[in-house]
Amino acid sequence: MSPVVRLSGAALTYPGPPPVPALRPTDLVIEQGEYVAVVGPSGSGKSTLLNVLGLLDRPTAGRYELDGWDTSALSEVDRTALRGRRIGFVFQAFHLLPYRSAVENVALGQLYCGVPRRDREKAAVEALKRVGLGHRLHALPTTLSGGERQRVAIARALVGGPSLLLCDEPTGNLDSATSAAVLDLIGELHADGLTVVTITHDMTAAARAQRILHMRDGVLTEGAKAVVP
Amino acid sequence: MFAVDLFGEALAGMLQRPGRTLLTALGTVLGVGAFVAVLGLTATASGQISSRFTALVATEVRVEDNGGPDPTTNDISFPDDADQRVAAIPGVVHAGVYWPAPRLEVTGVVLPGQRPTEDIPIVAASPGLLRALGPTLAQGRLYDEFHNDRAEQVAVLGSAAARRLGITTLAVRPAIFIDGIPFTVVGILDDVQRNTDVLVAVLVPRATAQALWGPPDSTARAKMLVETRVGAAQVVAQQIPLALRPDAPELFTVTPPPDPRALREGVSTDLSVLFLVLAGVCLVIGAVGIANTTMVAVLERTHEIGLRRALGARPRHIAGQFLLEAAATGTAGGLAGASLGLLVVVTVALIQQWTPIVATWTLAAAPGLGLLVGLAAGAYPATRAARIEPVEALRR
Repeated sequence: MSPVVRLSGAALTYPGPPPVPALRPTDLVIEQGEYVAVVGPSGSGKSTLLNVLGLLDRPTAGRYELDGWDTSALSEVDRTALRGRRIGFVFQAFHLLPYRSAVENVALGQLYCGVPRRDREKAAVEALKRVGLGHRLHALPTTLSGGERQRVAIARALVGGPSLLLCDEPTGNLDSATSAAVLDLIGELHADGLTVVTITHDMTAAARAQRILHMRDGVLTEGAKAVVP
Repeated sequence: MFAVDLFGEALAGMLQRPGRTLLTALGTVLGVGAFVAVLGLTATASGQISSRFTALVATEVRVEDNGGPDPTTNDISFPDDADQRVAAIPGVVHAGVYWPAPRLEVTGVVLPGQRPTEDIPIVAASPGLLRALGPTLAQGRLYDEFHNDRAEQVAVLGSAAARRLGITTLAVRPAIFIDGIPFTVVGILDDVQRNTDVLVAVLVPRATAQALWGPPDSTARAKMLVETRVGAAQVVAQQIPLALRPDAPELFTVTPPPDPRALREGVSTDLSVLFLVLAGVCLVIGAVGIANTTMVAVLERTHEIGLRRALGARPRHIAGQFLLEAAATGTAGGLAGASLGLLVVVTVALIQQWTPIVATWTLAAAPGLGLLVGLAAGAYPATRAARIEPVEALRR
């Protein structure tokens, strides 16, 4: 069985002048069911790596295989479809639509995947129950707490049954208590077999992962398991 | 993605900020409203004018004395009781005979320096004619059958003739002199609906004129004006010659009113073209408004666009959503504008007591017009939205 992620010499250089090498040639394999944290200072290229893994950006060199698909050979339309179906995003700023209820926000996760409306809503309700928000199905994001918002966002990422959950500073906007709850939830999802990649500043968040990667000046290095102080 | 979902997303986008959507649509509402109102008011006004015009003409029959086999003799073919004979025909309201009397010196109020004049025409007119004119009296009364039967020396003056003769009030029982013969002025006409040339003339009873100056000249024979009820003119016209002279109906030439439909011509459209241009300007402003707001919405919703792209939306989905939002806003504006325009037309018609006329095509075209405005206005912002890169949009 092919790994979820296989980077072979993948690199991304933003065209200049002067050209900025945001991601140096990188080899990386992430197997199914892994929980990986990427840590590093800001500007180190963490986000670039996330964009490449999330098919939001195309590497300028090397190969990226997602679930065995060589994404560099795919057209933009196919990459978009692959992104919609195989990758779930969780953002620091949640990115919920403010005027739509929790269910509608979660159902948005499958809007572009050709799932009929009725099935989308059913799946959205299921996903919200899974993240412990079965009682706030029709709440507007503005009436939800930060932790609840991030749970809705996680439900939206989960709803399509992705191969890879990509979290970008998932606890960056949350206090420590709610952070712990959200990280617990991500841990549970991982325990259920989901492959998770999270990029973070927060060492507590990184400590939950089985595998830690360090990013510095666009160079990715395998790190030791961080010690929780 | 299903088309119905695209519609759903566009509708949700519209409804999430109803106040703003309303303001966005306002330009289109005004533009389309002006469009419908201008066309409706023009149609209503011209319909009103032509119906008034038609009502007057359609109830009018004119009869001429053609003089029979020898048109050179000075005579009158109308019998003395012509008014009564024709008025007895069902459908006739008033009927009267008239002819121009010879030009004679007319003297009004005798003032120093005021000379008798021959410029004022004198019309011999039966009492029925005065009523058939559709007169509005400024002062006094019309002379009637009594005056006519006794050949009384009375006169009714047109308003212009009264001014020229210096007759301003009937309180002093003024008289005028026609060729030295005194005539008591019994009434002054303010206005008439038919034969407006009598306003500059002196009207005297037919019998009086005939007694003093003889029958009409062969070059200016007597005529009859008949006012009928609406719709009766054509039938009445056929009966008049026989009613007048059963022995010689061929002495009369009858002119019935023309076919009313032929008169329904459009009123000058110069003004409506001007207003249509204004409505067009309104629509352009409306389009600019929609384009502006959609542009702002695109910038505001950059995160949303990025998110949708991350969730698997293709650029065309994003473009479609924003284009549909703009188009739906335009269509809604068009519908509201059509209602507004219709309301204006009906209100104006109600106040003026006119019949409101709105061509159905203008109402049918209104939503389409709004749609076009929305599509035109949404096109550029939509392509801009589609070009937003998810990476850029999601950057904090």
